[in-house]
Amino acid sequence: MLSYTIRRLLLILPTLLLVTIIVFTVIRLVPGDVIELMASEQEFISGKGAEAIRHALGLDAPIFVQYWRWISGIVQGDFGTSLWTGEPVIEEITRRYPISFELGLLALVMGLLIALPIGVYSAIRQDSAGDYISRSFAILCITVPSFWLGTLVMVLPAIWWHWSPSMVYIPFISDPLGNLKMFIIPSAILGMGLSGTTMRMTRTMMLEVLRQDYIRTAWSKGLSERTIVIRHALKNALIPVVTIVGMQLPILIGGSVILENIFNLPGIGRLFLQVINNRDYTVLSGINLIMAFFVLVLNVVVDLTYAFLDPRIQYK
Amino acid sequence: MVEELATRPPAAMLERKKHPMLVELVVRLVKEKPLALVGGFIVLVVFLTGVFADFLAPYGMAEVHPTEALSPPSVKYILGTDLLGRDLLSRIIFGARVSMIVGIAGASLNVLVATMIGLFSGYVGGKFDIVVQRVVDAFMCFPHLIIMLTVMSILGQGMLQLILVLGVTAGIGQSRVVRSAVLGLKENIYVKAAVAIGCSVPRILYKHILPNVMAPIIVIFTISMGNMILSEATISFLGFGIPPPAPSWGGMLSGAGRNYMMVAPWLAIWPGLALGIAVFGINMLGDGVRDILDPRLRGGLGRYDTATRKKSRDKKPS
Repeated sequence: MLSYTIRRLLLILPTLLLVTIIVFTVIRLVPGDVIELMASEQEFISGKGAEAIRHALGLDAPIFVQYWRWISGIVQGDFGTSLWTGEPVIEEITRRYPISFELGLLALVMGLLIALPIGVYSAIRQDSAGDYISRSFAILCITVPSFWLGTLVMVLPAIWWHWSPSMVYIPFISDPLGNLKMFIIPSAILGMGLSGTTMRMTRTMMLEVLRQDYIRTAWSKGLSERTIVIRHALKNALIPVVTIVGMQLPILIGGSVILENIFNLPGIGRLFLQVINNRDYTVLSGINLIMAFFVLVLNVVVDLTYAFLDPRIQYK
Repeated sequence: MVEELATRPPAAMLERKKHPMLVELVVRLVKEKPLALVGGFIVLVVFLTGVFADFLAPYGMAEVHPTEALSPPSVKYILGTDLLGRDLLSRIIFGARVSMIVGIAGASLNVLVATMIGLFSGYVGGKFDIVVQRVVDAFMCFPHLIIMLTVMSILGQGMLQLILVLGVTAGIGQSRVVRSAVLGLKENIYVKAAVAIGCSVPRILYKHILPNVMAPIIVIFTISMGNMILSEATISFLGFGIPPPAPSWGGMLSGAGRNYMMVAPWLAIWPGLALGIAVFGINMLGDGVRDILDPRLRGGLGRYDTATRKKSRDKKPS
């Protein structure tokens, strides 16, 4: 297990190298006239001319030198400085990531809290009215765009009850309850979007597992439905569900960009949109790289959780 | 119906074999998947709305009536007007055209990219495959929305750019599905026979492999169409998609109109509802198509499963 873990982590490196090359190339595709435009936009803000921007992006050196400079900086934790504020990229990101992390984590928990019970119920009462309602709900969760739901939550309660979610960010340390209150709605919306797929996967896997011989054995032993469903069926049905949850991570990150923007949460997603608007390409490549790295590492973590869920899977 | 089949089984079976794949797919959808049919109907309605938008819309898509800005739903403006006094219903109707163009073009490009990468990577195999797959791996690490917005910020706004970005990013990821199908197919004896009689690689791919991966390709197409439409709306909502005067369902929910949604809630409701219904329809259709064409993805609820399902339910003591 340990050697497998180490090998998996080492295998990240070649992929990560490719990831850096993609990020590097994409930013290099910025057309020259955009640099001129950035220069004219920024000249009166930071006094930087086109040449200075080229230098900051490292565009004034041969391409291999550029890549080497950039990558050796990143290895040492230096992602460059923002073209807009002049602040080191890494500082800006570390300041904001806890907010996105909290949103993502809460959304994940919410998503599972919605998906697992409904998915299990739907499977054990297959083809009942409740099953049909649950399945329709799952499709609804997948279909309704989160930005529309977010917009409706902003607009309708304000019209009906003159209530609207807080727009001023409350840090967790100063007011934990107010902070949670602020996060609960966006994370519920984000979680709803995730729960649809998970719910359907849970249902399908439960149906498959419930037909296995050992479930019949459990029934004939006279175990209660509760024990069978939770201890014998659910645990074995969860492996593909974990995969689905892992695969949804990119969707989770994308969704947090939308919801942070609607609900005014100053996380990475909001920073990302600001940065795109300002064409702040150093920060942009930093965010891209960190996101990709995060997804990569979490994929390995998901793979490793299989062993905990199913002792038959042994990594060697 | 049972009797009908019993009286003339050979003819029915023969006839069925002759159908081309798409016709058979439609026949089976109609017969077996009522929900998919509902989805297909919605897609058809949205499609026709897009095609005939010029005739259906009571006003032009950018026709402004400044004196009647933000007027509530009435006989004259069935869904009300927006900030500039443009008829919301007309804009939603023209929005169907935008969504359909992006959906169909994006999904086609997606399929094209996925098929090209998947076919070559899967068939050629070896070192080539390893290298290509690592690049695909690396691409899949980037959250979709993040990479799409990044590229849009570089290419600039516009429908063509959006279609390119949507189609290519999704296609790279979906190539996995095609590749895994090709990996299984290339071990078949008829492919080896084709190699033995000296067919060129492109000919083998085109004549022997491609027809057999059509099923997953059609599934990718239908399912990705919904994602394309949703992604277009999301990107336009965030302000990086289709530039403002063109009516995009996502774009209509953003921009200056957002500040007036409290006084004009219809601005917040209708475009999103149109989008939700369209995506719902495509997803339902896509689910049905997948169930029929790609049994591996079906999960526990297939045609062949009906018998076991009944049995297992009877067995349950509850």
